[in-house]
Amino acid sequence: MGSYGVPIYYLLTHILENEVVKPPEITSRTLELGSKYSPDFVCTPFKYTLGTMIESIEKGANLLIQMGGGCRYGYYHELQEQILKDLGYSCTVLNLVSGGRKISYKELKKYPLKIKKRHFLKSIYITKKMVYYMDKMDDYIRTHRCYEKKKGSFDKVRKEMLASFAKVKGVRDLFKTYRKYKKKMEDIPLNQPERRIRVGLIGELYTLMEPAANEEVEKLLNSYGFEVKRYTDVTYLLFEKKRKVRKYLKNFFVKYCMGADALDNIHHTKELCEEGYDGIIHMKSSFCTPEIGAMPIIEKVAQEYQVPVLFFSMDMHTSETGFLTRLEAFCDMLEMRKQ
Amino acid sequence: MKECYLGIDIGSISTKGVVIDKEYHLLDSCYLETKGNPIEAVKQVLRQIKIPEGYHLYGIGTTGSARKLIGLLLNANVIKNEITAHAVATMTYHPEVKTILEIGGQDSKVIQIRNHMISDYAMNTLCAAGTGAFLSSQAKRLGMDVKDFGSLALTSQNPTNIAARCTVFAESDLVHKAQIGYPKEDIVAGLCKSVVLNYLNNVCKGKKLEAPIIFQGGVSKNEGVLKYFKEILKEEVMVDPNGHLMGALGIAILSSKNPRKEEYHLDFENVSFKTIGKECHDCSNRCELLQIYREEELLDIWGSKCGKY
Repeated sequence: MGSYGVPIYYLLTHILENEVVKPPEITSRTLELGSKYSPDFVCTPFKYTLGTMIESIEKGANLLIQMGGGCRYGYYHELQEQILKDLGYSCTVLNLVSGGRKISYKELKKYPLKIKKRHFLKSIYITKKMVYYMDKMDDYIRTHRCYEKKKGSFDKVRKEMLASFAKVKGVRDLFKTYRKYKKKMEDIPLNQPERRIRVGLIGELYTLMEPAANEEVEKLLNSYGFEVKRYTDVTYLLFEKKRKVRKYLKNFFVKYCMGADALDNIHHTKELCEEGYDGIIHMKSSFCTPEIGAMPIIEKVAQEYQVPVLFFSMDMHTSETGFLTRLEAFCDMLEMRKQ
Repeated sequence: MKECYLGIDIGSISTKGVVIDKEYHLLDSCYLETKGNPIEAVKQVLRQIKIPEGYHLYGIGTTGSARKLIGLLLNANVIKNEITAHAVATMTYHPEVKTILEIGGQDSKVIQIRNHMISDYAMNTLCAAGTGAFLSSQAKRLGMDVKDFGSLALTSQNPTNIAARCTVFAESDLVHKAQIGYPKEDIVAGLCKSVVLNYLNNVCKGKKLEAPIIFQGGVSKNEGVLKYFKEILKEEVMVDPNGHLMGALGIAILSSKNPRKEEYHLDFENVSFKTIGKECHDCSNRCELLQIYREEELLDIWGSKCGKY
């Protein structure tokens, strides 16, 4: 999902002695494979991950790791394992997040894995830090890439950064690398913006975080000259969400959790409106039930603050033209409102 | 020589072309069916449309779903989406309007205007239920011309109820109603009503539609749909006689406002345009590439995901 393959690969290669297969990037073939063997009315992340699983098995993997929970995603690994077995592949799918279980040493021991005990905790710590730094950098990119003087300079630095992250040796090395690239990014020449237009991006996590699933909406918005704010990233989901949700529940808007990130998104809408963002884009995969429940409330909240919201429901069959027309019109509108 | 501007709106069903002068007066217009071939349709438009004596063309704008292709071929100075184009035209010709209802061939949208700018808009999602395409396919089923739909619907006293949610349900409802013997005008009126209900439920979704309201797009020519809009909204709904041309007018206005101006000549009659579709096999993305040629000269290649072309 997105570039999170880098820290996950780092983690697995450092705590396991087994061979780790890097899943190939998502291409049209991944999607074709995934949707061919998936139930039609399942949400898109299922299809994307199933396609990636098949491609990884083709590359030689036999134990697959699925990370997901919160909604019915938590059960996907079992169904996917069944589908893969029916297809004649022999493999096990393991879910590391579902059911509120933590990644424990005991858990991993059940499987035919050889674990390097020596650096187990250290590697986990480095991975966690790496994800945190990546998310921090991405946050910076989203708000500054729109003003870059030379196109593609941010993307280039980001790519270099990920490549060096994959090779870090220890905690201090990681920190040094992070500092180096942070400096590099801050040195990128920027056009001073005349007026800032800021857009909030909310919605279902997979569609938001996987550029292949959202038509690279962040890059597009940046290329129109808009700053983008996105709350959802792995740091938020794994480490901050629990605390935040407890806080959100005290608020009068929603009194109980609606599954997945529905509650978070409603509150993020409110926050974005209060902070004076110009528009909000809500993205979800088709058939994402928690978000469908959240959409009317999001619309109501945004109406109260008079902030326009654009809803997208992404599917593998979504026509790019239709998507671009709606996005372009939305951006035109935000620009006109600002004038 | 006075300046004039050409706006072309290439929609899914119809292609519209207009020529306006600097004060946005309509000089000439043309409306014909796209028939799935936007390039041929645009050539036809250029053949039919006349630039009056004493005027010279200083800008071309394209909008509609084939805007990018045609914009490239005609070297347009503005290529913009139809939502913005519609809003711009309406704000120019009807500055008092607060809500624009628009139903076209395959899409329907609602645009809200406050203080002379777009404050919100909504567009139908993937499904084309309740649009012009639906009406014309049902007209074919009933064996009549879609142009007679409106007048026939007006004669009905008692429109039947037809499911508005989805085209497929509406169609089976319609077949059922016809088989048990409802008169044709009641069914047609029911269809018009279902288009309105579908639009208000699926596109407007609880948006407050403030008067003055204007109704545009090809379907606005249908008196039956208009009647039910008035009835259900309990408001006066305006229709511009040029309502079907609004997109083209809007893009022509945007073209005249664009600082990049040059003299254009409309001699595309003998220029051959060719598009070749092919699949790239260089990686597993298998992008469907579209190569666009003008007289054997490669203009552009579209559809690559990796940025190779």
